[in-house]
This record gives sequence, C-alpha cells and structure tokens, in this order.
Amino acid sequence: MNTVTLRIIFAVAYVVFAPVIGGLLDGLDRKISARMQGRKGPSILQPFYDMKKLLEKQFMSANKIQLLMIFTYLFFVILTGVLFFAGFDMLMCLFSLSTSEMFLVLASTSTHSPFSTQGTHRELMQMMAIEPMLLLTAVGFYLVNGTFMVSDIVACSTPTIAMAPGFFLGFAFILTVKFRKSPFDLSTAHHAHQEVVKGVTTEMVGIEYAATMLTEWYEMVFLLGITGLFFLTPNPLSVVVGIVAILVVFFIEILIDNSSARVKWQLMLRMVWGVTIVCGGLNLFILELINR
Amino acid sequence: MEKMVAALICLPFLWAIIPAVIHKSKVRRATVYVGGALVTVLSICTCVMWYRNGGEAIVFDLPYVEVFDKLILVGDFLLMGLVIYQCIKHKKTVISLLSIVQTLLVAWMELFGPEVTENYRLRFDWLTLIMVLIIGIIGVAIGIYAMGYMHGYHIHHHKELKDRRSFFMAMIFVFYGAMFGLVFSASLVWMYFFWEITSITSFLLIGYTRTQEAIDNSFKALWMNLLGGLGIAVAISYLIQVYGTTDLYDAIDIAVANPTYAALVPIALLAFAALTKSAQFPFSGWLLGAMVAPTPSSALLHSATMVKAGVYLLIRLALAMNGNYVGQMVYLVGGFTFLSASCLAIAQSDGKKVLAYSTISNLGLIVACAGAGYQETIWAAVFLVIFHAVSKSMLFQCVGAIENTTGSRDVEDMQGLANRYPKLAFILMVGIAGMFLAPFGMLISKWAALKAFVDAPSTLMVLFICFGSATTMFYWTKWFAKILGVSDKRDRDLTKPNEYVSMFFHAFLLIALCVGFPYLSRHIIEPLMMDMYGFSSPVISEGNIIIMVVMICAVFIVPMINYLITRHTVDKEVLAYMGGVNSGDNKNFNDAVGNPKELQVSNWYLEDYLGEKKLFTPSVIIGAFIIVVHLCVIIGGAL
Amino acid sequence: MSSLHKSPWLLHYDGSSCNGCDIEVLACTTPVYDVERFGVINTGNPMHADIFLITGGINSQNEQVVKQIYEQMPKPKVVIAVGTCACTGGIFKECYNIKGGADTVIPVDIYVPGCAARPESIIDGVVKGVALFEEKAKAFSLEKKSKKG
Repeated sequence: MNTVTLRIIFAVAYVVFAPVIGGLLDGLDRKISARMQGRKGPSILQPFYDMKKLLEKQFMSANKIQLLMIFTYLFFVILTGVLFFAGFDMLMCLFSLSTSEMFLVLASTSTHSPFSTQGTHRELMQMMAIEPMLLLTAVGFYLVNGTFMVSDIVACSTPTIAMAPGFFLGFAFILTVKFRKSPFDLSTAHHAHQEVVKGVTTEMVGIEYAATMLTEWYEMVFLLGITGLFFLTPNPLSVVVGIVAILVVFFIEILIDNSSARVKWQLMLRMVWGVTIVCGGLNLFILELINR
Repeated sequence: MEKMVAALICLPFLWAIIPAVIHKSKVRRATVYVGGALVTVLSICTCVMWYRNGGEAIVFDLPYVEVFDKLILVGDFLLMGLVIYQCIKHKKTVISLLSIVQTLLVAWMELFGPEVTENYRLRFDWLTLIMVLIIGIIGVAIGIYAMGYMHGYHIHHHKELKDRRSFFMAMIFVFYGAMFGLVFSASLVWMYFFWEITSITSFLLIGYTRTQEAIDNSFKALWMNLLGGLGIAVAISYLIQVYGTTDLYDAIDIAVANPTYAALVPIALLAFAALTKSAQFPFSGWLLGAMVAPTPSSALLHSATMVKAGVYLLIRLALAMNGNYVGQMVYLVGGFTFLSASCLAIAQSDGKKVLAYSTISNLGLIVACAGAGYQETIWAAVFLVIFHAVSKSMLFQCVGAIENTTGSRDVEDMQGLANRYPKLAFILMVGIAGMFLAPFGMLISKWAALKAFVDAPSTLMVLFICFGSATTMFYWTKWFAKILGVSDKRDRDLTKPNEYVSMFFHAFLLIALCVGFPYLSRHIIEPLMMDMYGFSSPVISEGNIIIMVVMICAVFIVPMINYLITRHTVDKEVLAYMGGVNSGDNKNFNDAVGNPKELQVSNWYLEDYLGEKKLFTPSVIIGAFIIVVHLCVIIGGAL
Repeated sequence: MSSLHKSPWLLHYDGSSCNGCDIEVLACTTPVYDVERFGVINTGNPMHADIFLITGGINSQNEQVVKQIYEQMPKPKVVIAVGTCACTGGIFKECYNIKGGADTVIPVDIYVPGCAARPESIIDGVVKGVALFEEKAKAFSLEKKSKKG
C-alpha cells in the first residue's frame, strides 16, 4: 500500500472514529471519576445518550451567529486532526487549532451574556497560557527528528520521548487545561460545581452544545494523538507503548481532576508558563547544546 | 531608467508645493488626486521597466549628479536650521545640539575629510522594488484617504483646531519623495539626508494640532530619531576615515569579507539608527506619542512606510549581521520588543494605542528576523514587511474612520460594530484577520521565523516567539470578539467615499496577497534571496502551501456555507441567561428593586499586571541594556 | 425511541424555601444516592436543562425570574415541584408576599410532597418526570412537523 492511500485512510479513520473514541473516553472518565468518589456512576455510553438527547431538543438561540461560529469551530478542529493524522506539518496543525479556538470565542461572546462573556475571557486566558507550550511541543519534535512533518516523525527509529522528556511533561501539563480539568477548569467545567454557570458554553442550546461536545471529542483525540506520537517508531510494538502511555496520561488527568480545587487565573498562568519555561525551555536549551 | 528614478524622487518634492499654496478645498483635492496618481503610475512604471529589463540589481547616478550632491549638502543645513528654529521656538534647545553635531560632522567629513572613492549614488534591486511599490501604492492610497479624513476631522470633530490641511498634504508629498530617495540610495550621505527628512516630516506631522501634548510628543520623536541620525552620521565619518568610502554596500561587503570588530562598528551604528527608526525598545516611546497625530499620518508614517525604513536598512545589513554581535544585538532587541510590546498591547483599550503597540511588536519580529540574517528569516522578514504594511495601514484607516463616525476609538465602544456599521466592521475584521489569523500573512512569517531560530539555534528567541504569539493572539481575539457582539440597530455612517476607496482597495490587496502568495514568493522574494545569498531554498514546502490554500478557502467559505445552513434553523429567539433577571433585550437586567439597569460586558485588560505603569519602564531598561552592552563590546573590540 | 429518558439534566431553582429541600436535592447527587448513575446532571443552566426542579414557594420577587427561566429552557421540558412549599406554598402560604406553589406561574408536571422531601422521593419524582418525556417529545415533534408543513 502506498503512503498516499495510507494517509487518506488515517485521515478518514480520524473523521469517522474520533467521535466514537472521544465519547468512549469521556464516558470512561465519568465512570472512573464516579468510582474515585465512591459512586456507581453512569453508563460508559452516557456521553452518546447526552449527545443524542441534545440533538433532539428544541433549538433556540440568543444570536443566530452563534451556531455558524460553532460549526466553523468544529470544522477547524476536524481539519486540525485530519492534517495531523494524515501526517502533515505539525506547526500547521497547531495554527489551525488556535484558529478554531478563536471561533469558539467568537461564538460565545456573540450573545452578550455576562456568564458566557466571563467564561470566554477565561477561555482566552487559558488559550494564552497554553499556546507557548503547544508551539514548543512542535519545536521539540522538530529538534529531535529534524522535521515538522508528522509522517517523517513517525519514521524515525528512536522515540521522541527519549530526547524530549521535558517537552512531554510540559505537554502533559497543558492537557489538564485543554481537557478542562480541575484545577484549570476556569472557563467551563464538566462537573456541577460551576461559579460562572457553564462559562463559555452557557448560551449554547441543543444542537449548539452537541456540536461543542463533538468538537471537544475530536480535539481530545487529536491531543492524545500528539501524546502517543512521543512514543511512536516504525516498530509496531511502539503503538502498544503509545496507547499505554495515552491511557496512563488520561488516568493521571482524571486523578488530578478529582483531587484538586479550581485555581484563580493568575495562579494558572503562573503555573503553566512556569512549567513551560522550566520543562520546555530547559529541554530546548539542552537539545540545542547537544545539536550544536 | 535614471530619468524615471529622478522623476520619481523629485516629482513628489515639487508637487508638494502645489497643495501648500492652494487653499481652496476642491482645487486642492483635485491636485492631490492628480499628484497621487502620478506617483503611483510612475512607481509602477519604474518597477515594471526594471522587471522587464531582467530584474538585475543595477547601480546608477541621477542626471546632473553633482548638482544633487550640492543640493543635499545645502539641504542638510536647511534641515538643521529648521530644527534649531523649532527647538528655540519651543524652548527645547538641547535637542538642536543633536542636529548641529551630526550635520556639521557629515559636512566637515565631506568637505575636508580624506578622499572618498567615487561610487554610484543609487541602486535598484529587488528589495528596492518591494519598498517602492509599498510607498507608491499603499502610501498614495493613504494620501487619498487623508483627503476625506482630514475634511471630517476639521469640519465635524475638531472645529477648535486651525485648519492646516494644505500643510498636511504638502508634508505627505515631501514624505513620499524622501522615502523614494531613501530606498534608492546606495550612498550613505544621500540616505542620511532622506533619513533626516523623514524624521522631520514625522516631527512636523506629530505636532500638527499644536496642542501641548502634541508638541511634547513631537519633540520626543525628534530627539529619538535624531539620535538615530547621529548614529548614521558617525558611521559615515568612520567609514570615510577608515575605509574611504560612503557606500552602504561597500561597508556591508567589507564586514562580510572580514568580520573584524573594526568593520562591524559602522554596521552596528547603522543598525542602531535603524532600531530607533523602527521604534524598538528602548525607543518605542516616540511611536506611542505619535498617535496624537491625525490618523492618516499614523497610518502612513508610523505603520506602513516610515518605520519600515528602519527594517529596510536592517534587511540590507542582514548579510553583515549574520552570526556576530551586531546580529545578536539586533535580534535580541527585536525578539524582546516582540514579546513585551504585545504584552503591553493587552492592557490598552484605546484602539490606536493597541495598533501602535502591535506595530512595535510586529516590527520587533521583523527586526529579529533581519538580525538573525539567515535566508529563511529574511524571507520571513520581507513577507512580514509587505503584509504588515497593507494590513496595518488598513487598520489605522479603519479606526480613524470609526472615530470620525462614532466619536470614539476605544475598543470597548466598538461593541457590535458588525451590526451598526457593517462596512467598517468588515474592513476591521479583514485587517485583524490579516494580522494574526491562521492562513494569512503573519502565520507564514511566524512559521518561518520559528523554524529559523530553532535551527540557529537560539533558545531565547524561540521562547520569545512562542510567548509573543500567545500574547498577540490574546489582544487581537478580544478585539475581534467585541466587533461581533450584540448592539443597537444600524447607524448613519459618516465615512467619506474616498476613505472607503482606500480601505476597500487595501482589503482587496490583502486578500489578493494571501491568495497570490506562492506567486509572490516565486517571482519576487526568491530572486531577492538569490540576489542576497546566491541561493534560494524553498522556505515553505509544497504540502504546506496546499494546506494554507485550504485554510484560506476554509476561513472564507466555511462560515458562508454554515451561514446558509443555519439561516433558517433558529426555532425561537431566546433571551440570554442572566440569572433570570434579563429585562427583555439582552442589554439590561432588573436590579434589586426591579428597575432595568444596563449590562456592560467589558474585555479583560489586566491593567495591574501588564499595564504601561508596570511594564514600560522595565522594558525600556532591558532594551537599553541589550544595546549598550553590545555596542560596548563591539566598539571596545575595535579599539 | 427518544434518548431523553437516559440523560435528564436538572436545573435546580430555589424559590423562597427554608433550604431544607435544597439540601435534600443536593443529597441526591452525593455518593449515597448517586443520581448521576441515571445520567442525571445538575447543570445550573436553563439552556442545557430538561427538568426544572423548583423548591420553595413563589413570591412577588421571584415570579418573573421563574417565568423567564422556564421560557429559556428548550422543549421538551418537565417541571417538578419539590417539597410542600413548591407544591402549595406550604407553611408560608398565608404570608403577604407569597403567591403560592410553583403552579401559580408555570405549568407543573410532577409534585413531590414532603417537608423536607426525602431524597428517595425526589429521585422517584425525577424518574416519573423522565417517563413523561416520552409523551412530551412526541408532542414536540408533532408541533415541529406542523410548523414545517
């Protein structure tokens, strides 16, 4: 099978299966969280029930622009994932991701709702907090493998993690922000303990909220894909290692989520940028010394 | 060719007299249109002619070059006289010393210094071509905009000010001439003369309103720019004394062939001058102060063209700066400015100030790219110059038009602009998108810069770019979000047709540049690279170009398709959630006693963390520190 | 077959109650009763909610608020009045500012009595409300069709 077909297969697989995987992981998350809290928890398929229900509900909106923006948000996240899984340039993926985020921001401010606006600004703050580490992650892959192309990164015989543990730690740290997990669930939380109602998603009704959930699943799979990419080599066994690593990282995120309280944005910014500079910056510096 | 260039440089200077002496509004407008059209046509013709001649870099002299030499010498003294007069008039005598010292230094060296090898005074190559097109097309479009804007400015908004539109338009034409001269000059003496003219036109235009604030800010701009001029003057005298040349390209060749400290001194001084001109820290103050000037001059001088003179010179010097202390000085200052100015921009709510800081920040990125001096970074820098010129001048014009229409340029007052003034909002959105959104110009350049600095390698610069792009995104996104918010119904738009002509032209140009950028890269930037480096490797791969084209289409088409899909879906308009006390129109809520109260949603400005009070002085100190340390090392090494 | 019965999201609104019922509603989400195992989430946002859970009576202050929140919930939706006060106005009924139970301003589907209502009965009420959804969803889809036609 030639590489072009393979790339297309991966991209199509992403579009088709990412929601399934994302939804299942989401269900798993809720189940594990419940068990950690001593509850039975909902079915693992619960996120799909939620999604289906949201699609069946009446649609109303405070501003028509909102739905349009959310669909665009969805489109760009899918584009991001397609670019990534089809093996294109990683920086491009990240730029596309930040474009998608902008449409989320536009969607939620378009209603002039106080809670939604408050959530949006926190979302913006989160975006600003994680952006440097996201870019640095791509830089890390480039330094280790000499290319931004995902397809070439996979073809390198040593796993990226061996040379870039700092980048991996930093990236895992910002996943907490990206997955909207406590202590960094400032803009909106998946749990009931919200102080700005539902933050960014407050004004999203029915299909809008369903599309946002779907987007989050796509995004989650993309981000976990990057996590796995740290371990991938041409050796087929590395796929198993990658999947194990993804599950471990995901479990740790859930653990952190259930054992910490929400922080203020100041502390979040300080922590995330601190970790970015210490883990990412240090690793970058060392790699550049080695390469010199 | 020589005649064309001579016409291009002289025509604007001479044409400046016409609006200066005509005080009838309508006649003056006609003459400005004709003059502007002539300048544009001339610049395009010159470029096309040169392109058709094969696009080889050529050096040449103007006809009657000795006369011009004399004129320039006399002109230097006239400018000095003007500065002294203004300084004494406004009791800032100290500043005139700067001018006296440098003018006398250059004149003395020229008249009584050692013999100088005769060289051609002018040069035309790819970079010149780009700059000429920017000045001739974008600059003139701003001039046309200025006609409408200044009318509204004096007739509707600032009746208390004296109407000096004749002076204003004259200055703008003088400025065109000076910029053309500057980008053609190969002789540093010539360049120095035109450099001083741009400084002084800028000074005069900042002080246009003659309020105390305007005068103070104009003198701030004057002394900083004169300091840069002093740098050039010292560089000229050094070159004459040590190497017996006044040619910029000789100086670069010497430094490239033999990068000793002695050869780097003039390069460092020229780079220093360029840093002042492009308002890098610690010299950013003047550009911020310049925002008191009427908007067209901000657009023309302080974002689209004049500040580009600084980065133009740096791109010229790039070869001589690659991998030495001068380059390090320049890219550290640039990278630091990129980050700190974008942080400072977050805390601003005045639209023009946001634009000013973002200009400084973007120039910082260009300066950093130029300072690194690699082929990829120069590629990125040239692209940034082009995109930044178009989108920033468009944004400035748009904010100016908004101010003339609504009476405010505060970002908070632009709530729901898309409903109130759809045309203005469209321009503003295209401009903002051009500044930071994924597929547009900035992204390509950021991509190349990041890659180049990873290769360089420079940890600090990679961090600067990563953090800087995060903060950049923050302030643009929140502005963008404001425009699309909920608002009242449509209002009367006071923007003049000639303002719209210029703005829509810019918007069209920006989109054309985005779509046509592979073409631009292949036919203009790559020959430029060949010229400078002797080779040109593709900076951006085929695959990425495809991705970008997909993204460009997506940004325009996807929202449109979604609009068509979602047009009829809304079953019911619902009130926004305000804890159940929405008083019925999404803009008011019922307070504790049941009366409706206006709800105001405001953006975050983080004044306490990123405000000017907190960050500006430290940034100036750090910027000054970087420059002083490096200059000490270089000059100390030469001694 | 609608999915509504598998993920009923709650909006809990406290009228003028003594907070007894509110404590019991929250008790439902604790590990002891774990109402989330039925897919129930306490959203706190009318835009996302399916079930409007009111505790406490209606007074002249919150009358408009309850109406507005009810309006903001997308169809199909169910209203449950939890506790005696929400059902009838309860002990506060004769107060000068009390209008009575929740049904004085919005249509209530399920009444859960008790002072305070026990978590078991609240969950029972929610389950009954969920059963109602089927009907409501059908009515809603008919309404949608008739609008289109």
